[in-house]
Amino acid sequence: MERPLPALAVFTLLVLLAGGLEVVRPFGRSLAGLTGGLLTLDTLIRTGLLTIVLVGLNLLMGYAGQVSLGQAAFYGMGAFWSAILTVRGPVLGLSPSLVQAWWWPWLVMLLGAALVGTFAYGVGWVILRLRGHYLAMATLGLGITVYILLRENLGLPHLNLTGGFDGVFGIPRLRLGPYPVWPAERYYFLVWLVALLVIALGLRVVDSRVGRALRAIHGAEGAAESVGIPAAAYKAQIFGLSAALAALGGSLYAHFQAAVVPATFGFVPSLELVVMASVGGLRSIWGAPVGALTVLVLGDFVRTWMRGLLPTMAGEVEGILFGFLLILVLLFWPSGIAGRRRAAEVVL
Amino acid sequence: MRALLEVVEVSRAFGGLQALRGVSLSVRPGEIKALIGPNGAGKTTLFNIVTGTLAPDTGDVRLDGRSLVGLPPFRIAELGIARTFQNVHLFGGMTVLEHALVGLHRHLRSGLVDAAVRSRRMRQEERWARERAWSLLERFGLSTWAHAAADRLPFGLQRVVELVRAMATEPRLVLLDEPAAGLNPTEKERLADLIRSIRDEGVTVLLVEHDVDFVMELADEVAVLVQGVLIAAGPPGRVRSDPRVIAAYLGEEPVADHAS
Repeated sequence: MERPLPALAVFTLLVLLAGGLEVVRPFGRSLAGLTGGLLTLDTLIRTGLLTIVLVGLNLLMGYAGQVSLGQAAFYGMGAFWSAILTVRGPVLGLSPSLVQAWWWPWLVMLLGAALVGTFAYGVGWVILRLRGHYLAMATLGLGITVYILLRENLGLPHLNLTGGFDGVFGIPRLRLGPYPVWPAERYYFLVWLVALLVIALGLRVVDSRVGRALRAIHGAEGAAESVGIPAAAYKAQIFGLSAALAALGGSLYAHFQAAVVPATFGFVPSLELVVMASVGGLRSIWGAPVGALTVLVLGDFVRTWMRGLLPTMAGEVEGILFGFLLILVLLFWPSGIAGRRRAAEVVL
Repeated sequence: MRALLEVVEVSRAFGGLQALRGVSLSVRPGEIKALIGPNGAGKTTLFNIVTGTLAPDTGDVRLDGRSLVGLPPFRIAELGIARTFQNVHLFGGMTVLEHALVGLHRHLRSGLVDAAVRSRRMRQEERWARERAWSLLERFGLSTWAHAAADRLPFGLQRVVELVRAMATEPRLVLLDEPAAGLNPTEKERLADLIRSIRDEGVTVLLVEHDVDFVMELADEVAVLVQGVLIAAGPPGRVRSDPRVIAAYLGEEPVADHAS
């Protein structure tokens, strides 16, 4: 067991520093002001939320070698679960005093992660038998199914639980007893506390018997089974874990955004998650925050830049340029920014 | 003595091709048994059936009297059968030491929760596993390469890594699929010594081999498979002079006695 603590400690300091700058506002300037608009508090909170999701995706794709093109669906399940149970309480017959209790959203969040994780674990037993393109297609199908269910009100239009295209709004902010975890500066610390815990979890899982088994399955499934590793069980477990983390991120997103719409959790967002994970580095837990931040900042940068250059058709050109940049990164930096080229470099 | 592994009347077809026809074979505890035969004789198919990667159409495979048919490969591994692969299946990007640690998987119990909280059990297990892995590497002469990526080693060493991974499971029976293929004479000799030392430790060995001379030197018992049919079995000397074996190998002449 290596000790990943120094890196984690340094990273924690960076997180505290960025948050501290926003709170203290030296020279009266916000984080955005200090970084020339490159880093905003909003970007950093999103990075934290996505980090929670991407650590799970890295474990699944980078370590266990199982492609998921439907990860945004689990993110969306978490988000809508929290949204529905904190906003649509009366429709569900929940007593107002329960729904308004400060601990209710927290409990809902944990329950959501557990439920979505269990759901994915069950589904995983079935679809993780598939390999390569077939697995990708199955997760894609799962993602699209969930998206359509959210958009179509779960097939129960009279209850209007998901709000259809419009989604759910008016999601309450989180509170700790009487203290609201808001404004955004406070929420930043909550999100990053969770994200850091998830990173620590990821680092620990990777550096364990389970992590070795996952990498072995990735490397040669038949050989892994030949030493007694139940590949299907491990794949289902890690699929469940990744889904639980995605749901947790989704719940935190819902309380941050205060409104959720199905479009945020469709196919393209699932692809974006895969892109972020790849850019950051699939075989590295640190690839999660690095990939999320890089893609978010790059996206903001390209959007602003293109709007100045070609104001009339910014949207389209932005997409193309963005895609092009990503292809370049993946071509010339295939193991990602935070990824090591190989597990070991020993010159023979 | 009672057989450790019994293959009873096993048949298996792939489409129109009958790969194995009613093959029966038994491996006694503590012996090195070799299965030889020309390419396409069904040797690897038989291995895959024993390890659970393939199911037989008919027939049974028993380890210590217990049927293995229908069990998934990882269960068969847990029951004490380990194997190596003909075309070397190493875990890409993992070091030699990690291969040994993966081989120790079934002796450890820590799961996701242990990993998350770094439980005492996990810390103890990991310490034990690392010691064990290092001693395995030393025994097989791999400690110099412990931190090298296994799939970047010279081919001969990759074969040894596979052997270490299999032996780390502490099997009762180890199946070696063409262990000498692609090795030079020095490497072959070293491999033969390793295989003998494995047997001397009390682990039963069943190996499939193409190189007949290698097998005749090494094996206690030899079985000959030709076109899915077992045509001869017995001690190397007897099998070598069996007319059916000579006929099957006619033209190839690998059974010729070099001593004469």
